[in-house]
Amino acid sequence: MNFETTIGLEVHVELKTKSKMYSPSPVAYGAESNINTNVIDFGFPGTLPTVNKNAYRLGVMVGLALNADIENHTHFDRKNYFYPDNPKAFQITQQDKPLGHDGYIEIEVDGEKKRIGIEELHVEEDAGKNTHGNNGYSYVDLNRQGTALIEIVSKPDMKSPEEAYQYLENLRKIIQFTGASDVKMEEGSMRVDTNISIRPVGSDTYGTKVELKNLNSFNHVRLGLAYEEKRQAAILKQGGSIGQETRRFDEKSGETFLMRVKSGADDYRYFPEPDLPDYEISPEWIAEIKASLPETASVRRSRYINELGIPEYDAGVLTDTKEMSDFFDEAVSYDANPKLVSNWLMGEVNAYLNEKKIGLLDTKLTPEHLAKMINLISNGTISSKIAKKVFQETISNGTEPEEWVKSKGLVQESDPAVLKPMILEILDNNQQSIDDFKNGKDRAVGFLVGQIMKQTHGQANPKVVNKILMAELNSR
Amino acid sequence: MDIKKETIASLHEKLVNKDITAEQLAAQTLDNIKANEKQLNTFITVNDKAIEDAKKVDAEGINGPLAGIPIGIKDNIVTNGIKTTAASKILYNFMPVYSATVMEKLAAAGAIDAGKTNLDEFAMGSSTETSFYGTSVNPWDFSRVPGGSSGGSAAAVAAGEVVAALGTDTGGSIRQPAAFNGIFGIKPTYGRVSRWGVIAFASSLDQVGVMSKRVEDSATVLSVIAGHDAHDSTSSEKEVPDYRANLSKDMHGVKIAVPKEFWHEGTHPDVLDNVNKALDAYKKMGATVEEVSLPTLKHAVEVYYVLASSEASSNLQRYDGVRYGYRAKDVKNIKDLFVNSRSEGFGDEVKRRIMLGTFALSAGAYDAYFKKAAEVRTIFINEMNDVLKDYDLIMGPSTTTPAFKIGEKVDDPLAMYMNDILTIPANLAGLPAASVPAGLADGLPVGLQIIGKPFAEQSVFNAAYALQEENKFYEQIPTALKGED
Repeated sequence: MNFETTIGLEVHVELKTKSKMYSPSPVAYGAESNINTNVIDFGFPGTLPTVNKNAYRLGVMVGLALNADIENHTHFDRKNYFYPDNPKAFQITQQDKPLGHDGYIEIEVDGEKKRIGIEELHVEEDAGKNTHGNNGYSYVDLNRQGTALIEIVSKPDMKSPEEAYQYLENLRKIIQFTGASDVKMEEGSMRVDTNISIRPVGSDTYGTKVELKNLNSFNHVRLGLAYEEKRQAAILKQGGSIGQETRRFDEKSGETFLMRVKSGADDYRYFPEPDLPDYEISPEWIAEIKASLPETASVRRSRYINELGIPEYDAGVLTDTKEMSDFFDEAVSYDANPKLVSNWLMGEVNAYLNEKKIGLLDTKLTPEHLAKMINLISNGTISSKIAKKVFQETISNGTEPEEWVKSKGLVQESDPAVLKPMILEILDNNQQSIDDFKNGKDRAVGFLVGQIMKQTHGQANPKVVNKILMAELNSR
Repeated sequence: MDIKKETIASLHEKLVNKDITAEQLAAQTLDNIKANEKQLNTFITVNDKAIEDAKKVDAEGINGPLAGIPIGIKDNIVTNGIKTTAASKILYNFMPVYSATVMEKLAAAGAIDAGKTNLDEFAMGSSTETSFYGTSVNPWDFSRVPGGSSGGSAAAVAAGEVVAALGTDTGGSIRQPAAFNGIFGIKPTYGRVSRWGVIAFASSLDQVGVMSKRVEDSATVLSVIAGHDAHDSTSSEKEVPDYRANLSKDMHGVKIAVPKEFWHEGTHPDVLDNVNKALDAYKKMGATVEEVSLPTLKHAVEVYYVLASSEASSNLQRYDGVRYGYRAKDVKNIKDLFVNSRSEGFGDEVKRRIMLGTFALSAGAYDAYFKKAAEVRTIFINEMNDVLKDYDLIMGPSTTTPAFKIGEKVDDPLAMYMNDILTIPANLAGLPAASVPAGLADGLPVGLQIIGKPFAEQSVFNAAYALQEENKFYEQIPTALKGED
């Protein structure tokens, strides 16, 4: 029996706002427990929510970037449940009239393009955090309570773990380029819940849905779903049935384990939030937000290819993250050659980041310094060999390249009047190499250049050296 | 000086002329309250800081009509540093760390918080009998309830402990006790007064209002506490008039609608008699009185109890024993902590409404209960507003009977709920409504209810003022207190 897979994803993304979704408390990480809170976050009696307009604006940006229809008449709803990190015992969300609906994302798997539908997206508030001490007490930290989230619910349009992976990659990239969120799985600003079912090919009803949790990276999503596909198929082939359950992905074994069996649907008793009025989201405001949307990754990529002459593959790498793409754009704005900037970012800079296991913004390199360094190479002030030294200094210590090159005396020697006597002297002392050259051994040239470089401490301009050397060799 | 005979204006004059200091007034108020407390049980907490606050007012000078005037505050209004209980065991030890917007506004006007008045637990009740702190009693007859839920505020005003008090009104909780105690009480338009810091019962219905013997005193206080508040997204940005300065008893040409359904079969004949007399008085003053119909009124009680209880079931979920308030002892796990704290912390009436509301919102019942009730509410709002297109005011009795006996209805929730049929309409439609004394029935006060157009509090005040100047009911001293003078 052959099976086909159906996957739906629910993704929570933290919106990049200064204050919380329904309270003016600051949003900041790493603070002492319960510091970034106020009476609203604590759910004190008599407190009321107010809507963070900027959070809603960012939500609309995401909706527009996901090609969704933005709802013009909206209201908020309460989702009721008891939990210690949920101080009001309800979450204010949008159930009935979500911010946006019917969007889509384009993905490409094995050269085939496909649209994955977005059922709806809505804003809501995050919960606090519970921790369990080993002294018999549990602790509640409400710093995160009320942080603005957007939940993006896909349609069950994905047929394979790879499609789910691509969907997440593209979703992350699209949101990142709007600037509405950092979308970092490792920092919790992006969280993924997956639903997967399989059914015999040709069946017109979906199989029983299994929810998969504890997916801390896109790769885990892919691995977990792939494991689930096989597990479910094995059960069905043996004549068994799939239970409606929530399973946990174990990253060590790559397997999934039962967390809990779902006994009927949870009843959250949704109803309209009476403390907030209905809101009109005017077409004018939506148009204004649309006009303010930053360039998307795909638009940037085409621009790099068509206007800056960057090869397709390189343009793809440069637009993989917003920080890389922003860095590139800014460096180019300092009149550095785009191709050279691209080469440096993809070569030396990436190598450095991989070696140190850090992100671009964690280094001291600025787009301006990179541009200056590249221009020093382009105008012959420094050699590419020296450039590597300058690069290490600039990226590690944030040193201004021009000043440093001058102060360290690293400026390249390009003056034939200085270089020619040196070259002549070396030739005079290396008759063997001249003979080798005459006998067609090209390696001799390399040896001679090496000698010149040694004598000039690497500062001789290789182009000028080559020109003089070849002329001299051919004339002897 | 006998505070019972004073008004905000007369006290203000004495303060300005330095016949009395704010400190002396506060001290005398606290003494009166403490002396009456055993008999009336109107206050849950007396504000011992009142004298200190009054000294500050003396030092700063009597600026404005409320400076130095002690006011009673219903104990579901949050007061920074003064225990706020909502008359519930679950908040028996709750010390707020912020103040309600109405408290900030009163403090800015120099008013003195005399203390926190008794109420039905979480404002759920019509008699104060559901209070964890025991029932208050009616100053007209100590064997009777003062009404509720703002019964403590109403009895405190009627007994002359304070010249004015704040109440809240979700289904009649200001107007019904005002009627039972022979005083004036107004519930403003929904959105007129900020709900920030008001312990929520039913968010779409709750509104803070004022109770006083004299209409003009409530007018003074409402102008101070009303207005837009950035903390409350449902509060209105409409400008607040000076209700007191604009008071007029001219009723010429005022069109009064009297819904025939208000002449409820269960209404006491003496109540109807007094209300009819009041309506006759308005006719003599030049108003027209015409009968209208509100056919959907017959569903109002059901609609109200579904919607109010649904919202309450959600609003009261936060009382879980985790962050503040009562916490059950000897619990083994988090579920026990939630269940035991709430089981031990809430009284029967609150539990009844939480269960009712939880059911009405549950997946299988939502469409038939919550959703249907919300739809009927919309129909009813339209009916009320249609009447108010043709008329300035809607009038009728405030209650079906005068104050009932303590214990009479406490075991009959349905009879207690039906009690609200006349006051619920203004809450469902968010309209301003007041009760003004119309007369006595067997020695017990009867109230006339006056409902106005949205944000037309002035018309409501004016009509009440006209009747007050006609019958001068405020001159009457509550029967049961007479012996004390």
